[in-house]
Amino acid sequence: MDVVFWSRIQFAMTAAYHWLFVPLTLGLAMVMGVMETLYVVKKDEFWKKTAQFWMKLFAVNFAVGIATGIILEFEFGTNWSNYSWFVGDMFGAPLAIEGILAFFMEATFFAVMFFGWNKVGKKFHLASTWLTGIGATISAYWILVANGWMQNPVGTTFNPDTVRSEMASVSAFWEVVSNPVAVSKFCHAVTSGWVTGGIFVVGVSAWYLLKGRHTEFARKSILVGGLVGLIGSGAVMLSGDSSGVHAAEFQPMKLAAAEGLRDGGRGAAFTIVPGIKVPKMLSFLATHDFNGFVPGINDILNGYTDNDGNYIPSVAEKMACGREALDALAAYRELRDVDPMTAAAAKYVLLDNAQYMGYGHLEKPEDVVPPVGIVFWAFRFMIGLGMLIALVLLLSVIAAWKDKLATWKWLFPIAIICIPLAYLTGQCGWIVAEVGRQPWTIQGLLPVNVAISSLSAAAVQTTFFIFLAVFALFLAIEIRIMLGAIRKGPAADLKNE
Amino acid sequence: MKKPSAIFSSIWSFYRDGFKSMTWGRPLIWLIILKLFILFAILRVFFFRPVMAGMTDEQKSEQVGERLTEKPVNNTLNY
Repeated sequence: MDVVFWSRIQFAMTAAYHWLFVPLTLGLAMVMGVMETLYVVKKDEFWKKTAQFWMKLFAVNFAVGIATGIILEFEFGTNWSNYSWFVGDMFGAPLAIEGILAFFMEATFFAVMFFGWNKVGKKFHLASTWLTGIGATISAYWILVANGWMQNPVGTTFNPDTVRSEMASVSAFWEVVSNPVAVSKFCHAVTSGWVTGGIFVVGVSAWYLLKGRHTEFARKSILVGGLVGLIGSGAVMLSGDSSGVHAAEFQPMKLAAAEGLRDGGRGAAFTIVPGIKVPKMLSFLATHDFNGFVPGINDILNGYTDNDGNYIPSVAEKMACGREALDALAAYRELRDVDPMTAAAAKYVLLDNAQYMGYGHLEKPEDVVPPVGIVFWAFRFMIGLGMLIALVLLLSVIAAWKDKLATWKWLFPIAIICIPLAYLTGQCGWIVAEVGRQPWTIQGLLPVNVAISSLSAAAVQTTFFIFLAVFALFLAIEIRIMLGAIRKGPAADLKNE
Repeated sequence: MKKPSAIFSSIWSFYRDGFKSMTWGRPLIWLIILKLFILFAILRVFFFRPVMAGMTDEQKSEQVGERLTEKPVNNTLNY
């Protein structure tokens, strides 16, 4: 296992660890906001105490999750230095905005939310609770702008002098910010957080009901958490549809891998599990047309004509263009000071082929095929578990609304089990998104083996195991504190904090 | 209208009193401090020094440019 493997696995572990905390932050923020709004509107102390209990769990999650994202930035500078330089300000600007927003909004409103119960007015406190959640959501947007650009690098031009992808104008910045891939990823990620928050509240409340404790608190929490989760589920499905269409348009190989589709065609079937297919459904999901053309892995390798009648070159043709771009880059850098005319011609060739530059680093066309088995099954787990969770949320809301919780006790253990399943669903989603776009760090421009730093595998391996130990320790601490707080329950949580 | 110094003073006392009155939140603050210490004072300093730190922009573009224009290396795209 080489340095590429260790750099990738370390980044994957850090990102996956970070994503254990983000969805619950986003989801519980919504639940708390709704509960406190009910307190302010209804002037009912019950909702204040209920909101305070879920805020306590929010704080535990927040405390352990804080700064886990910064580790990713450490890794950019150390393990992914070529990538960090190559992306330049394009990546730095959204992350800087995110850092400033996260720090100021969260530091300010988070503090008011926890310290301000008897010090600021009810409405100001309510605004602070919502703004804490909105701050976290805006942070997520900027992160996903950066991630969306890696999946669909719009708005930038490669500068052979600086060897960076640069934004040339304000309109380019807008193009990056409104990147359709970033927008749909943002909606998908944030609303999946609502589902996680919702099922967390429902599952914890179900545990109280199983134990016969805090029954009214649990019933009303299930109503609010379940509704937030259900709304999130609906939005996840809509944004997932949009993500599918964007994958078909910008990353067809990811879609082909997620479907295990070797040979595409018109009216392509959707595979539920191997052997069970829904005719024409894949074409509909990918193109919103039951007879739309969906390219398979072989079509992408060999070249095909898309639904708009455009010829998409084969990978071998893209590799030839990419090598031409890299040769032109080498010639430009060698000649720019001694032979400006030839250098200018080389630059022209480079920019003409720049969109395929990354293909020039590939050894063979098959290098563009991601690990199909992992992506295929992660996709199925994501959808299957997501649907199970949506069903459990729906049944929980019906049971709480119709006062059937006492007779639907069979639902409680399922709701509790759905908490870890929601985390697994989120991780599967990221596996589809990130493993599905291999070998690229930046789609079509920079493969992972060129993006890494010149480090020894042993150096990255060492920090991988250090992180593994630190992460495991903090996760164990969080779970312990979280379970302790849940065991104590809301009745013990009336202090002004 | 309050003077700026009075505003800062009330913000300071808001945070100070908040931290002082913490009960269950206190271990969380220590947890955050411990984590930030491990991240910034140990990992960042000893294990995660940016590879290109100390280079000029020209040197960085030279280094990355060289890497980009190397011929494809032997298969390192392992899955």
